[in-house]
Amino acid sequence: MSTATTPSADPVELSKGAASSAAGQSWWQRDSADSAKRNLALIGVLVLLLVIGAWTRSDIFLDIDRLWSNELTVLTQASSIGVIVVGMTFVMISGGIDLSVGALLALASVWCTTVATQDLGPAAMVFTALAVGAIAGLVNGGLIAYGKLVPFIATLAMMLSARGLAQNISGSHTQITADPFIKSLAGDRLFGVPYMVIIFVVVTALGWVLLNRTTFGRRTIAIGGNAEAARLAGINVRLQTLLLYVLSGLCCGIAALMVVSQTTSGSNTHGDLYELSAIAAAIIGGTALTGGRGTIVGSLLGVLIFTQITNLFIVNNLQLDIQRIINGGIIVAAVLIQQFRVGSFFRTRFNK
Amino acid sequence: MTITDDIVLRLTDVVKTFPGVRALDGVQLEVRAGEVHCLLGQNGAGKSTLIKVLSGAHTPDSGEILWLGQPAAFNSPQTAMKAGIATIYQELDLVDGLSVAENIYLGHEPHNAGFVARRTMRRGAAEILGRLGHAEIPVGREVGKLPAAAKQIVSMGRALSREARLLIMDEPSAVLAHDEVENLFRMVRALTAQGIAVIYISHRMEEIREIGDRVTVLKDGRTTAANLDAKTTPTRELVSRMTGRTIEYVFPEKPETTQVYDKDAPLLQVEGLSLDGRFSDISLTVHAGEIVGITGLVGSGRSEVLETIFGARRATAGTVVVGNKALRRGSVNAAVKAGIGMAPEERKSQALLLGEPIYRNVTLAGFARFARVGFTDSGRERVEAEKITQGLDLRPNDVRRPVRTLSGGNQQKVVVGRWLLGGTKLLLLDEPTRGVDVGARAELYQVIRRLADEGVGVLLVSSEVPEVLGLSDRVLVMREGRLVREAPADELDEDTVLDLVMAGSLLDGADLASTAPEGTAA
Repeated sequence: MSTATTPSADPVELSKGAASSAAGQSWWQRDSADSAKRNLALIGVLVLLLVIGAWTRSDIFLDIDRLWSNELTVLTQASSIGVIVVGMTFVMISGGIDLSVGALLALASVWCTTVATQDLGPAAMVFTALAVGAIAGLVNGGLIAYGKLVPFIATLAMMLSARGLAQNISGSHTQITADPFIKSLAGDRLFGVPYMVIIFVVVTALGWVLLNRTTFGRRTIAIGGNAEAARLAGINVRLQTLLLYVLSGLCCGIAALMVVSQTTSGSNTHGDLYELSAIAAAIIGGTALTGGRGTIVGSLLGVLIFTQITNLFIVNNLQLDIQRIINGGIIVAAVLIQQFRVGSFFRTRFNK
Repeated sequence: MTITDDIVLRLTDVVKTFPGVRALDGVQLEVRAGEVHCLLGQNGAGKSTLIKVLSGAHTPDSGEILWLGQPAAFNSPQTAMKAGIATIYQELDLVDGLSVAENIYLGHEPHNAGFVARRTMRRGAAEILGRLGHAEIPVGREVGKLPAAAKQIVSMGRALSREARLLIMDEPSAVLAHDEVENLFRMVRALTAQGIAVIYISHRMEEIREIGDRVTVLKDGRTTAANLDAKTTPTRELVSRMTGRTIEYVFPEKPETTQVYDKDAPLLQVEGLSLDGRFSDISLTVHAGEIVGITGLVGSGRSEVLETIFGARRATAGTVVVGNKALRRGSVNAAVKAGIGMAPEERKSQALLLGEPIYRNVTLAGFARFARVGFTDSGRERVEAEKITQGLDLRPNDVRRPVRTLSGGNQQKVVVGRWLLGGTKLLLLDEPTRGVDVGARAELYQVIRRLADEGVGVLLVSSEVPEVLGLSDRVLVMREGRLVREAPADELDEDTVLDLVMAGSLLDGADLASTAPEGTAA
């Protein structure tokens, strides 16, 4: 068994991690030394992908201007799924799962682009998208927290129903919008950075603060780590669970606006399989399916790794179906590596 | 006495280190066939690590293990099991969804051409249970539906099915009620009579006296005394070997019994509290500065009373009043807001976030207080938590360590610390010293008394009568969901309480119950 030989390697690292977090805590170390190390490894993977890019398409990746514009493209492509992953990370840290995110995105996109809504102007469209996401999340959360449904089942049901409702409202037609404000979200830039990317960065930053710096985040981690202990400590577990699914739904609403802007349309086919991509990104980022563990930074890196790989395939004119095969392998590899991380392996053994 | 053939296991200078901790620092141990060898030691003395070394979960850094006269290295649980060492952990490692027979033969099912020989298995299981004197346990029953005592028997059956020569039992009595312990001892004796060696770990001195043959004492990862006679070695000597000091008074001194509490304004007033199927018509009071103990058998409803007062269960009748405010039924939040804190019976599954740092466990009920407009203040939380853990003499006192790295007693301190931090007025303690060793117990008792002296009201539940008598000012005895006696602790002795606790249907329980409220003490 590997424990016999490996502990000697990790204790050193472990104590180092503890010592450095004691001395001066950088922003990424606060998440705890363990996840910080994991995130460093993910950054390493991202750098490796860029090196591969430089090797295969040196004309893009070694030219600073082209690299900048290429990476902005990557970030833009990652933006809508990235926003959804923020909500998903919260839900997963609490020990839940939200399978309805793709469908909620579609529903919100359709609802905010109906003729009736569009007539009321862009503010109404924004409000509708957010409200639809939040209310659907409220239903999810209500079923799970107060109806005692398993998250998998409740959100699976929502996934089917929401997509059906989206189809019903739109009559399976793509609903075009010409609203200048909505279109400007995807088209315009601030200091050369697309609004899409700015929204993505802002939502991620808010998510990080919410998870790491607020009582909301602490309650989320607590109920994911041990729901009974949290309840007996006076934390309102049910309310918190409800709010987490509302948060996830709200993220879907934001992502819906972004997709509507990018495609200038609402459609019941938007966000197809987003739930799986979002879960995959969170898992690569080190979020535990069992709850209690996960970081926003890790999930963000997970999204960026997936998107960067897609980008590499595109710039090299490779087939995207091969990329899908690779994506599956990446998930397995990432989880395998995390499982065999000597640190966590060793510590479960050291238990008590 | 000195026949070496007899010795099944000999450990010499076994060392095991973990980052920052020398868990085992030269352990000597010698176990003979057919004896019950007791291991004594405080929390963190290295007992758990030693068990894990013997059961193959840890490999020692150095030292020698002689098993049946041969040098042995157990580098996986399978190797240890094959060699004939079986371990029964505190948290029984049974599969709830499988039957008794399937659990007994888990991992080495008798089979024919790849198919499990179900008949052979059931017959074998029945025979093994018979050898343990418990043929009445149905081998086809799902293990999850058995009570704790029966589960333990199944665990022992599994050891027998593997033809173990050495059985390691980690606090087997912790999950048992008083009368079930006797039964456990009968089974242990049946095993030793067959030449099986038993390493027995317990914090209860009277058990060691009764079942043990020899005692080895561990302190700070070293053997401080080996092969003492379990029957005759004075308790004081054993305790001093564990602690390096002689504990004269295990229980802190109580305040004068004449102390007058403000009778009109009890801190906690419970009237006619009932929970269908668990207990009924419980009325009690706790004053500020008073320690009230509830005792009774497992299943008498004592833990449920605490949980219901705390709002973790919704009462079906009755009121709970704290100060002058009646608490909303079934609301933990209301109880916490009213200044009640609870340390539940199951530390790991009900109280702790094992993977989270100590300080976050201490502040679990109170991090919101350190927060400003929803933003937490981890720095201040750490500082405040450290003050609390220092006061409780937490070891090691590094609040950034994950809680799971602490020993049982220290984990309990974290749970108690959680409520100290919040300035709790009333503390509900359910089996506060379960799985906590003698030395750390004394400390916990001191802590509890000190809290009371500072004006905190304490309502504690314990199945250990001496603990309740020694620590409490006033004692309530429960049986079958009812209060049967209430009296100042110094008016009761162990025998009386045990009689009340165990009294069967022969005694007129209803009569006792009706006289109980009159016994209200000041």
